Amino acid sequence: MTGTDTTTAPATAGAAVTAPAPTGADPAVTAAALALGDDALVLAQRLGEWAGSAPVLEEEVALANIALDLLGQARILLSLAGDEDELAFLREERAFRNLQLVEQPNGDFAHTIARQLYFSTYQRLLYAALAAGDGPLAGLAAKAVKEVAYHQDHAEQWTLRLGDGTEESRRRMQTACDALWRYTGEPFQPLGGLDVDPTTLETAWLDSVTAVLTRAGLTVPAGPRTGAWRAGAGRQGLHTESFGRMLAEMQHLHRSHPGATW
Amino acid sequence: MSSDTWPLWEVFVRSRRGLSHTHAGSLHAPDAEMALRNARDLYTRRMEGVSLWVVPSAAITASSPDEKDPFFESAADKPYRHPTFYEIPEGVKHL
Repeated sequence: MTGTDTTTAPATAGAAVTAPAPTGADPAVTAAALALGDDALVLAQRLGEWAGSAPVLEEEVALANIALDLLGQARILLSLAGDEDELAFLREERAFRNLQLVEQPNGDFAHTIARQLYFSTYQRLLYAALAAGDGPLAGLAAKAVKEVAYHQDHAEQWTLRLGDGTEESRRRMQTACDALWRYTGEPFQPLGGLDVDPTTLETAWLDSVTAVLTRAGLTVPAGPRTGAWRAGAGRQGLHTESFGRMLAEMQHLHRSHPGATW
Repeated sequence: MSSDTWPLWEVFVRSRRGLSHTHAGSLHAPDAEMALRNARDLYTRRMEGVSLWVVPSAAITASSPDEKDPFFESAADKPYRHPTFYEIPEGVKHL
């Protein structure tokens, strides 16, 4: 990723996935499981970066809890797509299919909360719809949707408090919401292999996020989240600048000591 | 974070229906709703509870260690206050 425009993506990018999917699996379902699994894995890694440096101990435990929920989801989803360890630790950047939203750096606490609000609201809608169907991911979604409801609530509570807190907290929360807004169109691009069309979830997402931001006294960002200026080609394997560094940290131990066990 | 904006809360967990809430520990939180959520994360991750109470620590009035003797010692020489002090009469089956 050297100075290339990562916001508009050709769908051809991306190295081959190193681990073959289980034989007999529907390739479209496998690809969807990989995409959703990568979302969970990458966000878990980002949230894990707060360990040791969260504003307060209680919040550190809360963020770590959310990270562990997501890691559990990632393990199940990646196992549907192949060997979970190979997929997590041996793929190159271009082979990851996560949304660009989840790979965005933690920034200040407000950025972490805004990212969580945007993502958890999407994930809750998606998993609730998957759970209501009878597709291959319905069982996982039914279990995970309860976890995600808590993640969304946690992000919502903090959005309200930061937005309606001090002048400084309001300014930071607004800045974070604005900065990440351009990544919120990507989740609603069509994704094959699911019995839910993500495009149908966008209205509910906008309604939900707008309600929270309004209650928090924040302005719903006006910037583009659709069209030419929106960001987001993560599902095609194009990622933003900081993602490579995150992957290096996540993968270096496994790559330095192949086969090492705990 | 300061003790003004993040006061201390005491956490009580009910482990199952039918049991009373038991003191589990304490935590810091900016308000009651967040205290409840922090309590969930800190004290019920391993299926410890079905219900949570959080109480501002400042709202608790505690007995003082200085008052230990007048409060508690006078009970020490009154063994007849324990049910085991009494012999069970013959014929009483359900004690």
